[in-house]
Amino acid sequence: MNFRKYLLILIPYTWLLLLFLVPFIIVVKMSLSDTEMAIPPYYPYFTLSEGWQGIVNFFSELDFENYVFLAEDNLYWKAYLSSLKIALISTAFTLLIGYPIAYGMANAPPEWRPTLMMIIILPFWTSFLIRIYAWMGILSQEGFLNQFLLWTGIIDQPLTILNTNIAVYIGIVYTYLPFMILPIYASLEKLDISLLEAAKDLGCNRSQSFWLVTMPLSKAGVIAGCFLVFIPVLGEFVIPDLLGGADTLMIGTILWQEFFANRDWPVASAVAVVLLLLLMIPIILFQRSEQKQREAEQ
Amino acid sequence: MSETDKTTCFEPWNEVGKKPLIEFRGVSKKFGALTAIDNVSFNIYEREFFALLGPSGCGKTTLMRMLGGFETPSQGQIFIDGKDISTIPANQRSVNMMFQSYALFPHLTVADNIAFGLKRSDMPKSEIAGRVDEMIKLVQLGNLGGRKPHQISGGQRQRVALARSLAKAPKLLLLDEPLGALDKKLRQETQFELVDIQEKLGTTFVIVTHDQEEAMTVSSRIGIMDQGKLIQIDTPDRIYEAPNSVRVADFIGDVNLIEGNATTTADDKVIISWAEGQPTLTAQTTTNITDGAKVTFAIRPEKIAMTTDKPTDASNAIEGHIHDIAYLGNVSIYKVRLSSGHMIKAQAANTRRLSRRNYTWEDKVWLSWTDTAGIVLTK
Repeated sequence: MNFRKYLLILIPYTWLLLLFLVPFIIVVKMSLSDTEMAIPPYYPYFTLSEGWQGIVNFFSELDFENYVFLAEDNLYWKAYLSSLKIALISTAFTLLIGYPIAYGMANAPPEWRPTLMMIIILPFWTSFLIRIYAWMGILSQEGFLNQFLLWTGIIDQPLTILNTNIAVYIGIVYTYLPFMILPIYASLEKLDISLLEAAKDLGCNRSQSFWLVTMPLSKAGVIAGCFLVFIPVLGEFVIPDLLGGADTLMIGTILWQEFFANRDWPVASAVAVVLLLLLMIPIILFQRSEQKQREAEQ
Repeated sequence: MSETDKTTCFEPWNEVGKKPLIEFRGVSKKFGALTAIDNVSFNIYEREFFALLGPSGCGKTTLMRMLGGFETPSQGQIFIDGKDISTIPANQRSVNMMFQSYALFPHLTVADNIAFGLKRSDMPKSEIAGRVDEMIKLVQLGNLGGRKPHQISGGQRQRVALARSLAKAPKLLLLDEPLGALDKKLRQETQFELVDIQEKLGTTFVIVTHDQEEAMTVSSRIGIMDQGKLIQIDTPDRIYEAPNSVRVADFIGDVNLIEGNATTTADDKVIISWAEGQPTLTAQTTTNITDGAKVTFAIRPEKIAMTTDKPTDASNAIEGHIHDIAYLGNVSIYKVRLSSGHMIKAQAANTRRLSRRNYTWEDKVWLSWTDTAGIVLTK
């Protein structure tokens, strides 16, 4: 009995060990190494062929040089802070747009809800990359948006949107909106209609019952949605790379440049490890709020 | 002595010129093609404990939700204190409702739930805490004020819901199946507490229930609803003893219904012939019955006496055999088969121990009752 229980637990743990922990250790090790013009482009590598002395030599070659470099060069700090700012602002916008949509879905007639849900999920059926390229077509100088605005006469000069931070925000909000809508919708749909009737009965008008009943009871969905957007956006690379411009500074892009343009794998690994440590904070906060929610529901 | 007793008796519906607190005038409610409420007119008076009783889907909840402001009548008007309530939005009526699911706010503590309505009212902030304490004492919630709804039992939640709906001291309190979620014993205790609280506060209560025992325990008057119509409004004893139709008689309690043809006599009595080879029944009635009309004679099982020998002085006596016995502890129900095939239920208190019971299966027995024991119904 016990053996079978352990076997069952062993499967996910092995999965995590092989596909998360081992690669992570490799990246940490890489971040402690030095650059070399070689394949692979770093030194030292771990080998057992030289016996115990070889292993001791290997560990003595590792140092924190790359982290010191990260701290001293303010490009990296600026990139981290700028990513943080972009992630926070786009999460706020996603919430502002996503909440009303989720609210509308939850209050729609029940027979409409599956269709509305479908519309929210539908974009996932097309490649993410293609959708971002489509935005390039919409936002460029001679793109659909500018043509439309010129045609209506609202503007007489095409707007420069593509390759600015505005385009990055548009791309992020568009891409991550479903991750905000779905958890909020799930918590709003569970909301017992008689609670709103009780609030009305006890003297609330519509806006009071929204702020005093609906909002607090959908808090769990809002928190989940915010984390689901904030965490991946912080490390986002494709959107700033394709839609952003020279002034768009995001750590995901820096990471890509270090790896592929500079071929400086050790520094790139150090950037990745620091990013992971930064992400740990919101992930832990998210886990704790989920835990609290579960306890409250029991 | 007996004079003063009569004047203190609470019967506002019999007082001439007494203004009702609530007045329904020709109220109908349609949901699409379905008629939930069909032309209902009645009054509820101040300090009454009025029960709306009926099978599920009879429209009783819709009727109550119209008072609360959650539904609007398709036709007709409802007045509270002489004012047409369609002009007052739900959140400004001095009517509060206790919901069937209790609808307690899960994110607020017991005390905050009770204070919820007070904070929306014009009560000064300094008085709210005192009022909440008062309500907690009234429903005996002790020191549970700081708990969240999911941390207390079902019975305690029911009390919080009651306290919350009473906190604003409404003129009218609506209770939608308030005790439905409680187990039987707790329900019976709570029924008496509900009556005590209602008498103490003097608030008018309207309760919706499908439990006739509950309606009879708590209410001053009962309105029986069936298919969107109020078919009888009366005090619990009148509903039970003098139902106005077969449907009411059948809905409330256990009853034997015997169909037959009536022959009137000079002294307010009717002779009912109902089956070949069975003696006719004699019953007193106050309603006018035409000679030869089809009538239904209704008699409650506990009004029927059962004897081994034919009683000499009873005005009605029929012979049969015991077909089945249902032993309920305090009483037993005997199903007696007549030679005509009819089945009559008689109830007897189990004053002796079961082993010393007088009757058993297939015994020949005589059923008898006086001419005032039953009631003659024409519809």
